[in-house]
Amino acid sequence: MLKRRIIALVVLVVGIVLGYAVIRSEQPNPPAILAHHPFALGLDLSGGTHLVYEADVSQISAGDIDTSMESVREVIERRVNSFGVSEPVVQVQSGGFGAGNSHRLSIELPGVTDIEKAVALIGQTPYLEFKVQSDSPQQATVGADGKVNIDVTGQFVSTGLNGKYLQQTRLVFAQGSQEPIVELHFNDEGAKLFAQITKDNVGKVVAIYLDGQVISAPVVRDTITTGTAEISGGFTPEEARALVASLNSGALPVPIKLISTETVGPSLGAQAAHAGVNAALIGFGLVALFLLVWYRIPGLVAVIALGLYVVITLTLYKLIPVTLSAAGIAGFIISIGMAVDANILIFERAREERLRGKSVSEALSAGFTRAWTSIRDANTASIIIAVILFFFGSSLIKGFALTFGLGVIISLLSAITITRLFLRALPTPTASKAGKFLFSSGFTNSK
Amino acid sequence: MFVIRFKKFFIGLSIFFVLAAIASFAIFKLPLGIDFTGGSALDVEYSGARPTTAVVSAAIEHAGFTNSLVQPVGEHGYMIQTREVSDTERAVIVAAAASVDPKQTVTQTSFTSIGPSVGKELKSKSIASIILVLIAIILFVAYAFRKVSQPISSWKYGIAVIIALVHDIIIPVGAFALLGHFYGAQVDTLFIVALLTTLGLSVSDTIVVFDRIREHLNGSKAKMPFPELVGESLSETFVRSINTSFVVLVMVIALAIFGPDTTRLFAITLAIGMFFGTYSSIFLASPLLVVMEGAQDKKKK
Repeated sequence: MLKRRIIALVVLVVGIVLGYAVIRSEQPNPPAILAHHPFALGLDLSGGTHLVYEADVSQISAGDIDTSMESVREVIERRVNSFGVSEPVVQVQSGGFGAGNSHRLSIELPGVTDIEKAVALIGQTPYLEFKVQSDSPQQATVGADGKVNIDVTGQFVSTGLNGKYLQQTRLVFAQGSQEPIVELHFNDEGAKLFAQITKDNVGKVVAIYLDGQVISAPVVRDTITTGTAEISGGFTPEEARALVASLNSGALPVPIKLISTETVGPSLGAQAAHAGVNAALIGFGLVALFLLVWYRIPGLVAVIALGLYVVITLTLYKLIPVTLSAAGIAGFIISIGMAVDANILIFERAREERLRGKSVSEALSAGFTRAWTSIRDANTASIIIAVILFFFGSSLIKGFALTFGLGVIISLLSAITITRLFLRALPTPTASKAGKFLFSSGFTNSK
Repeated sequence: MFVIRFKKFFIGLSIFFVLAAIASFAIFKLPLGIDFTGGSALDVEYSGARPTTAVVSAAIEHAGFTNSLVQPVGEHGYMIQTREVSDTERAVIVAAAASVDPKQTVTQTSFTSIGPSVGKELKSKSIASIILVLIAIILFVAYAFRKVSQPISSWKYGIAVIIALVHDIIIPVGAFALLGHFYGAQVDTLFIVALLTTLGLSVSDTIVVFDRIREHLNGSKAKMPFPELVGESLSETFVRSINTSFVVLVMVIALAIFGPDTTRLFAITLAIGMFFGTYSSIFLASPLLVVMEGAQDKKKK
């Protein structure tokens, strides 16, 4: 008995310390050890911009898609970082459940609420590509309206040589004419590709495309093995300088297109976070009141267990860390309700056992053992749903599924073990009227 | 147990609600939000008292965005929903909203734009996940009750669960169609999450009752007539079901009243779902078991 009480006391103290740490780390000037673990807030709570781009991978072979997407990610990430955004998240989202063959780039920019600026910043990332004349150029056709149609894009085909292979770009001026020239230096792999392309196309045109437009279409005179190409596209010095800067910060191997944007202002986000915390506190208070009135002493124990559940969960959110969004907070709030479920099952079972004539403490321990199958089976369904929702995809739903699923699993452990620990540490209830009342539940049936 | 005694009444009540929900769905339809259709939603806030919806609506229309939807948000704001727009078009909309009352400053508080391909994909994902959840639950129930085959076979528990689940989906959908018609609510991904969460909670409740039936069938009460045994199991788990649902409902309602705007509709849907989910666990699934057993009995005779 003494041992149980000591363990219970230790658990309680650990819980209080953790709870204090959680609260303290969210206040201004937290101690150094806590300062590294703030709650990770999603963009909808902290304010910021979320952009999703779709990459057009139709021009590259299936085997190269992953490396291309990875280099898209690197280029964009470098660009976003250079912009000074704190903790941007740039992720590749390829295919996946129900998403077909799409290849996307998800960019989260916390604190950035000026979409124009953000889109412009990313939109400036150049897409450079070398194309050669097609073996089967498309014929011009005469449409029904009498106009001649020539599909310009069909006249050239991709070579696979693109901005990914660029090592460095320099601005030089032609001797004599002083015309600005952009000098491209490929890496080893790019140099090999370029040599092959120029070898195969001597006397033909190799077109250099920037963002889908031809900027230069020189005729190849000889094989170039140095890995250097020049673009003299009639630039003004300013244009050339901008292009060099832009290519040096990274060129995309595939074209990308903006398909979805989401921006939340910081004040709206803060309001949402505040409201979420309020809802959780008020809900917790009402549930605690109900437990105390209906289940009395075991109810008090359940409230303490619930408090510990909240502290453990919040600590895990900080340590994992789990990015909290409005939907995530909703998942957490519902999980508080669910966490009580196991305790209610146990107490109700105990009440039945007591009505069958068992003593209060016997009834409680029978309640724990016999309620277990129900608790397990009932929670399994919720866990299955959380798992399916997690793979459902969109980040909104993932946030909910994670907090909800995590909540169900933690509560399964905490509600049972912690409640049992504390109930066993309490003095055995006396057979007096008051003792029976305090350890029983409800009103009509308390004998 | 009164639930079993008046089972026809309770099952009838369920049928009534399901029919009402289907009627509501047929009449009002489910208004799909931009999550599924693609498009954009822009929240603006006026510094002072906001102009009327009609005025703002007219200004947006005048700026060239036909078929837009303008809804008041909070105390000073509006949500403007329209087709997918580029960033320059977005600025045009904000300017149009500001032009209504030059004395006020207008700030954009949030902006979402979703391409039609993303919407389509979310739609198919949602349908897929609902089907997946239903299959997973049915398999799980069939597995959990695989050893119970007297007096009715284990797959009949599965059928009772499926009927309860269909009931739990149809009613919130019907209620949402009503909300959509009168309050401009739209189906978004969170609605799907609310439906699926409802399914999870409802199935949990049903399983607790069935678990008790299973325990009695394997225990001392095995000889008891089936309807009485189900009634006994129900009355034993009744308080628990009500209390648990009550506690979760308290949390969900707190979320609906005090929580963030973004999850309000989600919480309301969940509250409706929870209510009928609890109803179906107590007043529909178990009585159905008794009805199925009765039908089986008649056949034997």
